[in-house]
Amino acid sequence: MKILTQHIDVPGIETIDVFMKNGGYKAVEKALKSMTPDEVTEEVKKSGLRGRGGAGFPVGMKWSFLAKPEGVPRYLVCNADESEPGTFKDHYLMWKTPHTLIEGMIVSSFALGANTSYIYVRGELMYVINILEKAIQEAYDKGLLGKNILGSGYDLDLFVQPGGGAYICGEETALLESLEGKRGNPRNKPPFPAVKGLWQSPTVVNNVESISATSWIVNNGGDAYAAIGVGRSTGTKLISASGHIKKPGVYEIPLGITVEEFIYSDEYCGGIRDGHKLKAVVAGGSSVPILSAENILTTEAGEKRLMTYESLSEGGFATGTMLGSGGFIVMDETTCIVHNTLTFARFYHHESCGQCSPCREGTGWMDKVIKRIETGKGRMEDIDLLVDVAKKIEGNTICPLGDAASWPVAAAIRHFRDEFEWHVTHPEEATKPGAVYMRPGASWTV
Amino acid sequence: MKVTIDNITLEVEPGTTIMQAARMIGPEVAPPAMCYYEPLKGSGGKCRACLVKVTAGSEKDPRPMPKLVPACITAVQDGMIVENTVNEQVLETRKGIVEFLLLNHPLDCPVCDQAGECHLQDFSFEHGVSSTRTVEDRNTFEPVDLGDNIKLNMNRCILCYRCVYTADQITDGRVHGVMHRGDHAEISTYIEKAIDNDFSGNVIDVCPVGALTDKTYRFKSRVWFSKPMDAHCSCDKCSGNVTLWYRGDEVIRVTGRKNEWGELKEFICNTCRFDRKKTSDWTIEGPTNVSRHSVISANKYGAGLIKPAFPIAQAARDFKQINDDRDRSFLTNQASLPAKK
Repeated sequence: MKILTQHIDVPGIETIDVFMKNGGYKAVEKALKSMTPDEVTEEVKKSGLRGRGGAGFPVGMKWSFLAKPEGVPRYLVCNADESEPGTFKDHYLMWKTPHTLIEGMIVSSFALGANTSYIYVRGELMYVINILEKAIQEAYDKGLLGKNILGSGYDLDLFVQPGGGAYICGEETALLESLEGKRGNPRNKPPFPAVKGLWQSPTVVNNVESISATSWIVNNGGDAYAAIGVGRSTGTKLISASGHIKKPGVYEIPLGITVEEFIYSDEYCGGIRDGHKLKAVVAGGSSVPILSAENILTTEAGEKRLMTYESLSEGGFATGTMLGSGGFIVMDETTCIVHNTLTFARFYHHESCGQCSPCREGTGWMDKVIKRIETGKGRMEDIDLLVDVAKKIEGNTICPLGDAASWPVAAAIRHFRDEFEWHVTHPEEATKPGAVYMRPGASWTV
Repeated sequence: MKVTIDNITLEVEPGTTIMQAARMIGPEVAPPAMCYYEPLKGSGGKCRACLVKVTAGSEKDPRPMPKLVPACITAVQDGMIVENTVNEQVLETRKGIVEFLLLNHPLDCPVCDQAGECHLQDFSFEHGVSSTRTVEDRNTFEPVDLGDNIKLNMNRCILCYRCVYTADQITDGRVHGVMHRGDHAEISTYIEKAIDNDFSGNVIDVCPVGALTDKTYRFKSRVWFSKPMDAHCSCDKCSGNVTLWYRGDEVIRVTGRKNEWGELKEFICNTCRFDRKKTSDWTIEGPTNVSRHSVISANKYGAGLIKPAFPIAQAARDFKQINDDRDRSFLTNQASLPAKK
């Protein structure tokens, strides 16, 4: 079942003519001519579509929280600042079929009553920005954007704003600050963007994938979307698969297939690269807890783990993780988990905005301690120190970057403590180039 | 609106923050504040020193809040129950915050002008632990001049943003902000441009640590050697209400007047602060009221009134064994003492 990537391989799909020949912009016509904004919102609510940016908050519910005071403009902002290590789905979608996003933006803006909408794209993706700009111009030329769209009386202006390339600007309030032209520091919440967002006006911030899915929902109805998937995880999800698999890439999966099928079937990742065994998986982008092979394939109860929001988080953080943004990083037994954790910790150290003290100081501290362990200068007490520092950052910061920085470190120690200990007890072996701790039962030797 | 903080219930106006409500009760209950500064609009929420536990959100919705919330920016709800000093999780988190703030702080208190009136000293003394767990190198910066009279020592900065909000408040064309990210962020005037505003000196007073210091006072004395006096003058720029800091007969420093939370009552101008350093410039009102527990009041006004037995009894009561891993066996084992000659 393909929803977002159905026509992605059609030649010329990035142009509006080919896109419309393949059923594009039907949702705009349907929504603007035959539906009220509340009906669109109702369909999205029925679909059970959940935010695809990481937190998984129901989109319809988020829309219904939007304050609607008289005489105050409302805004829809598309969060295309995809910077999570391991996640590259939005980039792929915008690059291949920019009109899918634009169609979703028109439908969603209509539902929210926004007359100005923004797509905030990370600055590194300049060529994607150019593609989007071109596509938007095409839509303006066809009368799908601008004043009185398709004679319905609804006006919408759509702008693309390049970011400066900061990870923190993917956090919605930091994104809004950046969009206003300020330093991208997250705001204290409450007030939430739904009440006071962009320029102190009610604002909805949604991920590229969430917005793109709304046009299919308008075309086919919320119930049809809800029929795909399992339980509260409805619809399809783009998964960015990377790492030691035979076929890395972006896959659109119906939520509810097993993790095992996703990794090993030829339709998706095609299995682990030759001659190696699965060691660990980061299931939803670098900030979610890493899991060992046993934990990712089966839950604590012994059932097969599914690619759904609920199943992946089953067992809490003790044995579970999160679907997050769908950055699926697979590591085989040649991977040094300490080195991998260092890479993540260094990233969060570099990307912390420095506004609140636990994150500013804690991310740097964790980075330095893991670096010492990795370079053979670690002490046994450093491992517990890391756990404690992670605990003191988690939940005490302004925005979720603190949590995102502490979870991978805490989880790596939770599931691969022996590896950290080996680095401390065998500093000389551990610092040799390419050295990896051999877990009992490993089939591979250095 | 009714709010209960540490089992003390009081009535407050709607819109009051937890911090303001706690301050109404008194300093025993008020959470520490390193970045929040009531006179500065927009300050607060950054240092996380004032995190408190809300065990009941409101009368209508008595569920506890899942995370600790910053007291300084969270408005009270009717029937809210807040735990500050009585909650283990809060105290444990606060220890962590002290640790984070001191992680890259140089701890050069012996040569720092702020020592004795430093909020970070107070905060770590009251809420921190006496040992350190870090062995990492600290981040360092070179001290820079902000104009002729202000020195910025970024090493000591805890990035509370108070000076940034002050700059926001006193001038439209702000040149004073924050550059870079994370623990390498620094307070800066963009492209080394000095702040030439008549009220720029107030950034020294709002700084909770010794990051921004008065160059006319640098290394001249220690605060506990100087005597603060309230004084005023007729100034055409500001109210002229200041505190003069005397050493002997000499005015060594002029600052704004502060309330009991260490917050400026009003901004003073640079002329009053940096240039009027003669007693004849001022009309003296009398000694500044300094808390008896402050190091500034040590051995000064009314020292004779304190009965000597009281501090000793209090010291005995408050005594805490400091564990710094030093060998103390000689304290109890007389035989191991070095032989007297």
